[in-house]
Amino acid sequence: MATEFKHAIERALANPNLTGALGRFSEAYVVTRAKAYEGIDFEAVRGEIAAIKGGAAERLDELAQEFTSAASAKGVTVVRARTPEEVRAYVLGLAARHGATRVVKSKSMASEEIHLNPALIEAGIEVQETDLGEWIIQLAGQRPSHMVMPAIHLTKEDVAEIFSKEVKERIAADIPRLVKLARKELREKFLNADIGISGANVAVAETGSLVIITNEGNARLVTTLPRIHVAVVGLEKLVPHLADIVPILKALPRSATSQLLTSYVSIITGPAPSPDGSAKELHVILMDNRRTEMAADPKFKEALQCIRCASCLNVCPVYRLVGGHVFGDVYAGGIGTILTAWFNELQKSADIQGLCIQCGNCRDVCPGKIDIPELIVEIRRRLVKEKGQPTVQKAIFSVVNNRRLFHAMLRSASLAQKPFVKDGLIRHLPMFLSGLAEFRSLPAIAPKPFRDEIRRIEQPKDCREKAAFFGGCLIDFAYPEMGAAVVRVLNAAGIEVTFPEGQTCCGAPARYSGAFEVAAQNAADNIAALADPDVRYVVSACATCTAALKHEFANALATSGRTGELPAAKALAEKTWDFSTLVKQLVDEGRLAFAPGGERTPITYHDSCHLKRTLRVTTQPRDLLALAGYELREMFESDMCCGMGGSYSVKFPEISTPILARKLDNVEKTGAGLATMDCPGCVMQIRGGLDKRGSPVATRHIAELLAERLA
Amino acid sequence: MYEAFRARAEAVSAEVHRVATRREALDFVADHLRREGVSDAPQARAVWADDGRLTSVERDGLAARAPGLTFAVTKEAAADSRVGVSEMTWGLADTGSVFQDATDPALRLVSTLPPQHVALLRTDRIIPDLPSLLARVDPRSAPYLSLITGPSRTADIERVLTIGVHGPERLIVVCYDGGGE
Repeated sequence: MATEFKHAIERALANPNLTGALGRFSEAYVVTRAKAYEGIDFEAVRGEIAAIKGGAAERLDELAQEFTSAASAKGVTVVRARTPEEVRAYVLGLAARHGATRVVKSKSMASEEIHLNPALIEAGIEVQETDLGEWIIQLAGQRPSHMVMPAIHLTKEDVAEIFSKEVKERIAADIPRLVKLARKELREKFLNADIGISGANVAVAETGSLVIITNEGNARLVTTLPRIHVAVVGLEKLVPHLADIVPILKALPRSATSQLLTSYVSIITGPAPSPDGSAKELHVILMDNRRTEMAADPKFKEALQCIRCASCLNVCPVYRLVGGHVFGDVYAGGIGTILTAWFNELQKSADIQGLCIQCGNCRDVCPGKIDIPELIVEIRRRLVKEKGQPTVQKAIFSVVNNRRLFHAMLRSASLAQKPFVKDGLIRHLPMFLSGLAEFRSLPAIAPKPFRDEIRRIEQPKDCREKAAFFGGCLIDFAYPEMGAAVVRVLNAAGIEVTFPEGQTCCGAPARYSGAFEVAAQNAADNIAALADPDVRYVVSACATCTAALKHEFANALATSGRTGELPAAKALAEKTWDFSTLVKQLVDEGRLAFAPGGERTPITYHDSCHLKRTLRVTTQPRDLLALAGYELREMFESDMCCGMGGSYSVKFPEISTPILARKLDNVEKTGAGLATMDCPGCVMQIRGGLDKRGSPVATRHIAELLAERLA
Repeated sequence: MYEAFRARAEAVSAEVHRVATRREALDFVADHLRREGVSDAPQARAVWADDGRLTSVERDGLAARAPGLTFAVTKEAAADSRVGVSEMTWGLADTGSVFQDATDPALRLVSTLPPQHVALLRTDRIIPDLPSLLARVDPRSAPYLSLITGPSRTADIERVLTIGVHGPERLIVVCYDGGGE
């Protein structure tokens, strides 16, 4: 990772205005977005959008031709541009032909993408951004830090400072007055401009229409006042039919700004007359810039379903800390990482992609139904493929996959009380157990791994079913008591628990760093180890491991071309259970009960990312806690990532720390003396953090709590 | 339908009024122009982009009651006005939006440049939603279609909602019953 990048992160985190503004906004966003979607079936709407845009991505060229003929018939000059150079050259040529010297622009990410402004300015043309946020950014000489709210990183004081410089008088930091000033200053520019440049939110092929939405009204002026209107439109804006704009206009304002509709929606189909009665010129530049290539990519064509609402930024635990100047390039956040890898180059995204903690929040809110975290992992896979797996990383995975060696190393390091300070190889171990993070206390490494401990547990002889326990590194090496609790609970339902010795790492660390060959081998080894036909259930008490067994094994094998092993992966997935879901099922079947005791104990529950957003489990653990006599006190943002993210917390401790701090605050604010969850990784993070701050709140895995209250 | 429209429009800071007849609607506008101090002075004028619905008698009457009101809409006149007036074709109940075919640039000038936009709308022209609208209008025969939902707004500075940026800071919708009477 570039040192400059690390510095940029540090600077962002040290900027209280930035983190404060983004933090407050992201907290409010979840609430206002939900309100805007009231009465709307979000899943249905995004299903429609994904189908429309996904279908369009498969025939971009055809739609571009259809748009061209429809729009041309209405008198529009439509040009196709393959590269950013071609777009810039066309606009410059047009300006030169008309002797145009003044350009007004409404907000267009497409023009940002190709750095149109600098090219115009270099040619002696005055370019005026008119969206308030874009204008602020332009005056400040910066780039947008958010696709919808370009200046979200600046305070009103910053803006007052920037405006004061521009108008050469002292302007007060009063928002309504700042807005008035923008209106006044830009009004003249609108009235005197030769060319108006806009983007488009949708381009309808069958009618040749552009749909442009704004709140400020600047796009109406940009498309009305100057005699020439140029629209720079990315090919991914094309949809086949007019009716297709309905779901997009339903979702875009709601997801972007929590509005039912923006103040202005303009549908432009051919040049409408100019105010002075002269004929209007309308030029539409359909810009490719690798979109066709992207559409041909089996993985990344999905990214063309983006409607640029930026909700993936708004819900991102990392974006809300560092903002878009760090987490992104022209386009920011999750989708920005993906677009940067294509519109710039793969290498450009190398640093940025590492910031994704894979919590899955963005996937749940994306109105284009894009699996953003998955595409970011795909970037990692391609980076590994392009550059090869780093030697150190290779060596690390060979240790991680050798369970006994891994345990022995962790144990000796743990005993030495100074984890991995010597020995070149181990020092680089990027695993979350390596102890490089100082913001949380680390668990002691158990003297004996759970795989050995379980053999000493006496299990009932009369069990009628068998379950194989998948330990995962944390329960196996650090928290064997959680494994023991799982055994006790399942025993009570008449299930014997085995620990197949051949099991190894679930492959999540390899997968999340893009080492798919390693992840596929992990999958194959585990499938073989867990193949016992007598086993009715494969159960894991780790949300990440369960997600791997249930979903990622097949994915890793398929991606690595090992399709022959897919049926076995599917068979394993079908009998894999996360602990809480299995236990709830056993309770429902009348095979298990709890003794709630007298007074109900207040408790708060943390939803682990993979449990909630990959396995879709939320009610089962809550129901079980109630049955076992706990009084649930929901914390704020219970489903927000705790900042663990496996090796993420070691790679970016500076980011993991504030994410954890928020989580701990929310835990403590409930007043419950006990926090529980379904993932040992989250336990390690949250318990470590609470311990470090001297909090009296205890952290337990749900299996331990349930084992204590068996009837 | 009207109540739904009104609630949604007011929720985005539009002002909604309802009168019984078209004549009352015109009276409302004339009164409004007077209340707002419209006069034949810079930045105090009013522009009315009439799409042919006003009779010459109505025009003369309005002009007499509101000095400073002109029906000759130019970009200069609109930029110099306090109030812009136009008649909308449809209202959308589920978003509180008003719609017009704004191919005539005068319609866009009066609804964007002055700080206030008074929009007349027949109450019986309020329809449920965008799909209902798209069933009634065809962009192929109208180059510039315009949906307006509340006044111009921004939240670009510190996410604080501020009304009135490049477009009007007030959108006043005057709904009139009684069809075209």
